[in-house]
Amino acid sequence: MAKITVDGVVYEVDPANNLLQECLSQGLDLPYFCWHPSLGSVGACRQCAVIQYRDAEDTQGTLVMSCMTPVTDGGIYSLAAEQASDFRADVIESLMTSHPHDCPVCEEGGECHLQDMTQMSGHNYRRFDKQKVTHRNQNLGPFINHEMNRCITCYRCVRFYDDYAGGTDLSAQASHHHTYFGRFEEGTLESEFSGNLVEVCPTGVFTDKPFSAQYTRKWDLQTAPSICNGCSVGCNITPGERYGTLRRVVNRYHNEINGYFLCDRGRFGAHYVNSESRLRSARDASGMSVSTTAIEERISEFTSEAVIGIGSPRASNEANFALRSFVGAENYFSGHSDAEHEALQVLIECLRDAAFHSPSVRQIEQADAILVLGEDVTNTAPRIALALRQSVRNEAKALAETSRIPNWQDAAVRELAQESLSPLAVFACGSTRLDDIATTKLNADQQTLIEASNALSERLAGRSPAYSQQTLGTTMQSVEATYTALMSAKKPLVICGTGAGAALMRCAANIARALSVSRSEVCDLVLLPKEDNSVGHALLTSKENTLSRALGRLANGEVKRAIVIENDLFERAPTALVKNALAAAELLVIDQIETPTQRYAALSIPSATFNECEVTKVNYEGRAQLSFQVGEGCDAAKPIERWLNVEGSAHSNSMIARCAAEASDFESLIDCLPDPLGRIAGLKVPRQSHRYSGRTAMHADRNVHEGKQPVDDNSVMSFSMEGMLTQKDSSVLASAWAPRWNSNQAISKFQAEINGELKQGHPGVHLIKRSLNGQAYEAENSVNKNLGDFEIRLVSHIFGSDTLSSHSPAIQKRLCDAYLALNKEDALELGLANGDFVSLGGAEDSIILPLIVRTQTPSGVALVYTGSSALGASINPHDLPESASLARVESEPSVHPTGLGLSNLVVNDAYSGAH
Amino acid sequence: MSDPIARPHSKSFFAKFAELISDTLTSQVVTLWRVFKHLFVATDTVQYPEQQPHMFSRWRGRIILTRDPDGEERCVACNLCAVACPVDCIALQKTEDEEGRWYPEFFRINFSRCIMCGFCEEACPTNAIQLTPDFEMAEYKRQDMVWEKADLLIAGTGKYHETNFYRVAGKAIGGKDKGEARNELPPVDVRSLLP
Repeated sequence: MAKITVDGVVYEVDPANNLLQECLSQGLDLPYFCWHPSLGSVGACRQCAVIQYRDAEDTQGTLVMSCMTPVTDGGIYSLAAEQASDFRADVIESLMTSHPHDCPVCEEGGECHLQDMTQMSGHNYRRFDKQKVTHRNQNLGPFINHEMNRCITCYRCVRFYDDYAGGTDLSAQASHHHTYFGRFEEGTLESEFSGNLVEVCPTGVFTDKPFSAQYTRKWDLQTAPSICNGCSVGCNITPGERYGTLRRVVNRYHNEINGYFLCDRGRFGAHYVNSESRLRSARDASGMSVSTTAIEERISEFTSEAVIGIGSPRASNEANFALRSFVGAENYFSGHSDAEHEALQVLIECLRDAAFHSPSVRQIEQADAILVLGEDVTNTAPRIALALRQSVRNEAKALAETSRIPNWQDAAVRELAQESLSPLAVFACGSTRLDDIATTKLNADQQTLIEASNALSERLAGRSPAYSQQTLGTTMQSVEATYTALMSAKKPLVICGTGAGAALMRCAANIARALSVSRSEVCDLVLLPKEDNSVGHALLTSKENTLSRALGRLANGEVKRAIVIENDLFERAPTALVKNALAAAELLVIDQIETPTQRYAALSIPSATFNECEVTKVNYEGRAQLSFQVGEGCDAAKPIERWLNVEGSAHSNSMIARCAAEASDFESLIDCLPDPLGRIAGLKVPRQSHRYSGRTAMHADRNVHEGKQPVDDNSVMSFSMEGMLTQKDSSVLASAWAPRWNSNQAISKFQAEINGELKQGHPGVHLIKRSLNGQAYEAENSVNKNLGDFEIRLVSHIFGSDTLSSHSPAIQKRLCDAYLALNKEDALELGLANGDFVSLGGAEDSIILPLIVRTQTPSGVALVYTGSSALGASINPHDLPESASLARVESEPSVHPTGLGLSNLVVNDAYSGAH
Repeated sequence: MSDPIARPHSKSFFAKFAELISDTLTSQVVTLWRVFKHLFVATDTVQYPEQQPHMFSRWRGRIILTRDPDGEERCVACNLCAVACPVDCIALQKTEDEEGRWYPEFFRINFSRCIMCGFCEEACPTNAIQLTPDFEMAEYKRQDMVWEKADLLIAGTGKYHETNFYRVAGKAIGGKDKGEARNELPPVDVRSLLP
């Protein structure tokens, strides 16, 4: 710790950081633009100038940029000194010379860092009377609006997009005061993290396009802390609601998980709650609407005899638990496909195993040697891919340390490191979106991946592995390189996911175990499930209760009734099996959206979406997090537990308490709830800002007599402007605001230190105690396939492979058709070219798909993307054979083209040329 | 200053009596004289509604939405009036035409709550919302005091004739491209490296 004096006050600060960061950590108001807590300093904007004094006798001092000034013990600085504050006002005045004066029609207005900083610097009136520089905008796709005139050239956008997120299609162009930030050619921004530009840009150059279409100022949004349901990472988000519809999603800082950034699936996918595909009223088999009392009667009838309950990985812990207690644990079945269920058993065993540790996203960023096995992380858990892009920079940071360059000197560290990366080995089938930063890439079929993983764990265990003839060359090199990297690392990390299959997950666990044994320490192992509450659902389901058993019992008439919650079974099991089972049963479906399963339902009942109820979910680490209700949405929808009317379901908090008390592994779930007794004078936390407008006019068109605000007796939050100020108690912090800080940068006022944890924050609780001393899994055997057949491997895409987000109108503009991909040589051999139709297996009823050539596809492998169910244009992945012969056909593909084609496909290895 | 509490003790009974007489009598006589004088003053009372009072243009009455000199809606749906309103009686929703011009999809004022404070007019960056000298807004049903955009929007510019927001702001709209607003250079050619 170092002591510094700022304007006569002594502060204790961390000498490893720069002066700006430490001033902000201390809660001082110092204007800045180009510095960002995650991106470091480059000293581009000259806005954070302060006066530095040589010693106590020095009265003159020198002007320094605080973001570029290391904190020195005993340093004396002044923020308020006249030269410094005048300089800052002059800088902002010159930044504003070409500003277009369009705040009223700017989506950033009211939460604009530029507005805040201009006010703070004291620049009020425009004196510059010369002409303004103007720019043309680009259409950057369905997510981002571009308004280049508002730019102040802080370079944050390209530093995030290119340097931090690995994007390639956004750049700084032109020179001097003509500097332009955009693409070389107009078109959709390709990066999976483009949405963060909205929050990274301190002005309104990049704004949220879907939000603009239903624009509401920040102060008018009703917000609450929520958890993203796009994937299993469990990023913290702040959804905003107005007039009963969800308007937008922004990042909510969590120092262990998402930090300052979200992926585009999370940011733009939540709009499914307003979409056409939302199930808005209860319907019977003939499509007639059903009254609430009739539904309740029907559900209570279901208690009279045995009912099969099929849970869901996208439903909350409470919903799944309510269904389990409604039907009884023996009748409660997994809503995962059998393969996913098996993979999740491996995942949970590993979560219990004392040899492993599940790192949080922040900890993943600190890993210095990584093996990604069989998973395209960017498309299944995108936020973790963004973290991996940071972890490969640890080499650069280590180099900087030896050269005594502080890590926050962003440009210097990058300049020093050039292309040096920490080792990242990607063992996968086909190209992944992390290939550009992989130092070792093994691109092979399943068989080879398993062999390579076995060889690697053998090697780590100190034995010499046996390679088969055909895998000897590149495989051995990759294994050796990965072995060396993992063994010499300080913090090695192994990543796999259920998308890679249970076999590869066991391999990953074996590798991590061998590492842990040989290094005699706990090894970081990340196993990624597919959906937001996969882990919670799997913890509640017994191992034997697989989906196919449930379907079997329904098909053979053993049980006649079934309840399915938030699940489309046609995505979980082969079509024929599901049809057989559902046709034989009296089926009750409770879901947020309309699904094909509901065609077989005697009754389809609408359930509340993530923003309409207070629930808990468990992420990939086994961390349970609480997500609050944001607002009132669909009138007919209720949370599943309330429909099932189980004991304790009337209050969400009592349901959480019951789940914690009765379900094993969920004991600490109760700690997710904020302490209601600790609140001052029983004040609740307001969901509305203190500037919330229009309360006496919003609904006056319907009735001039204002109704009472909805009462929330479930929660510590209220639907009101009144209550506990977040400045007093920020334990439930939806959106950060502090006096003079209207933008999201206000978060620094709530952090214990910059990039540190939130004061009074609720980071969630780890449910699972690691007490098991597991054994290595038996070495996996190879997969069988017929000679000449192609191995069928499924691929995921960030937009389309997730059910709920695919219903979001913005995401739908980024979807693409189902396809089958081969490499150039295989396609040539079969006489196929881009756009041809290929049949799998060649039988009459076989699946036909359009072909694209992806150059990195291993030979003998056909990659299949099954399309998005949201557009009704997908094939059931469980209908696909494990391997098939391929042939060119003239007939139409099985999936009707949606008109989107494959133009939206963003992959690293697309092949556009002819043969 | 002397001690005000100690003062009465220093006066004699006679002095106090004389003071009382002079205070009360003088005051009453003066009051009577003033009332009497009003017999000869012109009357302020107006025989409303037969006789209409003169209303000054800055009087704060019925709120209107105005149009710019080009005849387009001035309101850009920025929401500043709504947030400035102390009784929260303004609600609106932004929408946008194909060429990027912002305007309110709906604009509602609940006049049964409005206190005619004029904060909305002060907050308005485009001079769209203006208070007028009209005060005759009484209704038999309270519901009729909720006015929508169709009721509020007038055909003219109101009190401020010149204001034309989009001629100043840099955002391109239909009929005004980038570089055509006041004090703007034509758009930059990013491929040129000339100064």
